[in-house]
Amino acid sequence: MSTIAATPPPETRERRYLLDREGVLGPLMLLPAVVYIIALVGFPLGLAIAYSLSDVTIGDQGLDWVGFRNFVDVAKNGTFQKALRNTFLFTLASQVLVLTLANILALVLSSDFKGKRLVRFLILLPWTTPIALGAIGWLWLLDSVYSPIDWVLRQVNLLGPGTIFGPRGNMYWTAKADLAQLSVLLIHTWRTLPLATVILLAGLTAIPQDVKDAANVDGAGFWRQLIYIRIPLLLPIMAVATLFGMVFTFTDMTVVYVLTRGGPIDNTQVLASWAYFKGIEGGNLAQGAAIAMFLFPVLVGVAVLMLRMARRTETT
Amino acid sequence: MAVVETRGLVKQFGEGAAAVDGIDLASADGEFLVLLGPSGCGKTTLLRMIGGLEPPTAGDVLIGGRVVTNLPPRARQIAMVFQSYALYPHMSVANNIAFPLKAAKVPKAEQEKKVAWAAGILGIEGLLDRRPRQLSGGQRQRVALARALVREPNVFLLDEPLSNLDAQRRASARDELQGFQRRVGTTTIYVTHDQVEAMGMGDRIAVINQGRIRQLGTPREIYDDPADTFVATFLGSPPMNLIPRNGHLLGFRPEHVAPRQMLEGAGGDLVPIHFLATREEYLGAERLVYGEVEGAKAVARFPSTVDVPAEPGRGYEFAVLARDLKRFDAATGLRVAGPA
Repeated sequence: MSTIAATPPPETRERRYLLDREGVLGPLMLLPAVVYIIALVGFPLGLAIAYSLSDVTIGDQGLDWVGFRNFVDVAKNGTFQKALRNTFLFTLASQVLVLTLANILALVLSSDFKGKRLVRFLILLPWTTPIALGAIGWLWLLDSVYSPIDWVLRQVNLLGPGTIFGPRGNMYWTAKADLAQLSVLLIHTWRTLPLATVILLAGLTAIPQDVKDAANVDGAGFWRQLIYIRIPLLLPIMAVATLFGMVFTFTDMTVVYVLTRGGPIDNTQVLASWAYFKGIEGGNLAQGAAIAMFLFPVLVGVAVLMLRMARRTETT
Repeated sequence: MAVVETRGLVKQFGEGAAAVDGIDLASADGEFLVLLGPSGCGKTTLLRMIGGLEPPTAGDVLIGGRVVTNLPPRARQIAMVFQSYALYPHMSVANNIAFPLKAAKVPKAEQEKKVAWAAGILGIEGLLDRRPRQLSGGQRQRVALARALVREPNVFLLDEPLSNLDAQRRASARDELQGFQRRVGTTTIYVTHDQVEAMGMGDRIAVINQGRIRQLGTPREIYDDPADTFVATFLGSPPMNLIPRNGHLLGFRPEHVAPRQMLEGAGGDLVPIHFLATREEYLGAERLVYGEVEGAKAVARFPSTVDVPAEPGRGYEFAVLARDLKRFDAATGLRVAGPA
């Protein structure tokens, strides 16, 4: 029989330092994050809610309660309705495009070929560009007179008298309602595609080689493997990529602000840009806040979904 | 049913030594053929080339007399069970088993019949609605086997299918797996690094090292008549003792060493072994006595039921029957014919 050393009697134990106590150290470590969230998220959100329920303007900063009048006024406004529709249109359409293209790109990039690293780097580039710079670049590319895209179209005889896009010599990308909307949509796609591709690429590489081999041996061809094995296994990660893309596109005002300023005739206006024009440039802080509050329910929904998914990956 | 054959099969990954270095191998019809070797010896690469998952650098694979070297896996009429089982995690057990049938566009009613049949053979009828993550290791293995069986392939390729099971479960799984193979009678190629699995299940064993087959034979031939020192020391636990004598290596199994007087009645010439004991291990059913013979390390193994004195630090006059001694060339390691 071996013996075990006895625990020393309580009076000889040394006292713990203050910072060794979890009850003290825990709250202390959390404090900066809590202060940060209250000061930079909680306070502005509270202020926006207060503004949206008041009649505050840049000229008169008194917060007089007006109930939901701002929301009613805003909802009746034709520009708001366009902005609401555009916000959803740009977000949903760009994410459908992004998902399709990101799947194809990820599949291509996951295979082995020469120069793979260079291509991956190039595809990631738009993500690393500041969004305002990217939008300015596109503004030049889509210039109504000097657009290089128009030049290329003219060179290959798609634009000009007697061609499909003719008869004028320019497309006027940002001056026609449908082309301007298409431009905004494509820039959002261009911008969020890299992140989605990288996320899906990570998801694809996470599928075990054995599972792919098994599908090969089991006689599944490319399409059957894609539809029954790869896409189902990628679904959770696709959801993550889509939620990220949705948040970025839904809340973005830079692209519209730089490219079209919401024009022509508010046809590319989105909630974020309209809230800015109305609230900051127009000086009606209350209505601007009310417009911005329409983003809130969707963002809450997305946040709930993200948290739920995060919890699911924690538990499995 | 089919015979699997490889002719001069080579696989080279980049520069350097070949992973598989010219393997000629032919199974018998319905045989349980084991590819045995240490990790990195090329046995899995060989299996993957037979399955069509890895294109060979040179050589040919034949299944049922047909050259299939350039055919994709699905055209080879094979089924494979992977070390990880590679079940489709998002499908139910029933859909996992039915997947090869769906890929082959088998009619729905026929699919259900086949799935029920395969599940019945492996005793997993009660699990058909579960997902793989809800199954134990042993159950997963059976689902993987059912998925392999359902297409009635000509050849089964098994890549270390028991290595994810715990030791207890492994013994019964060996029994089940071999029984299953005998029942369906399908030619089976089984890769393992575990000599107990190889000895216990294989009709024949191909011992592979550094991309080459060192010996091909029944478990008894491989164990009793090793072709070289690699095979002699890779099989058996503890491995064969090798004692340098007269420019050769003298090999004998630990269980063949015994005190002289105990072997005298066995019939046969005795070769004396002076054994200097250094350490003893008591393992319950047997004792291992470590020591030195003519300066080389050696092990003797005695059943616990036999009382052999072997105190550390003392020398003993042991012996080995001459017929149990093998001779190997000291330079090449190859077996040399003739008496010790």
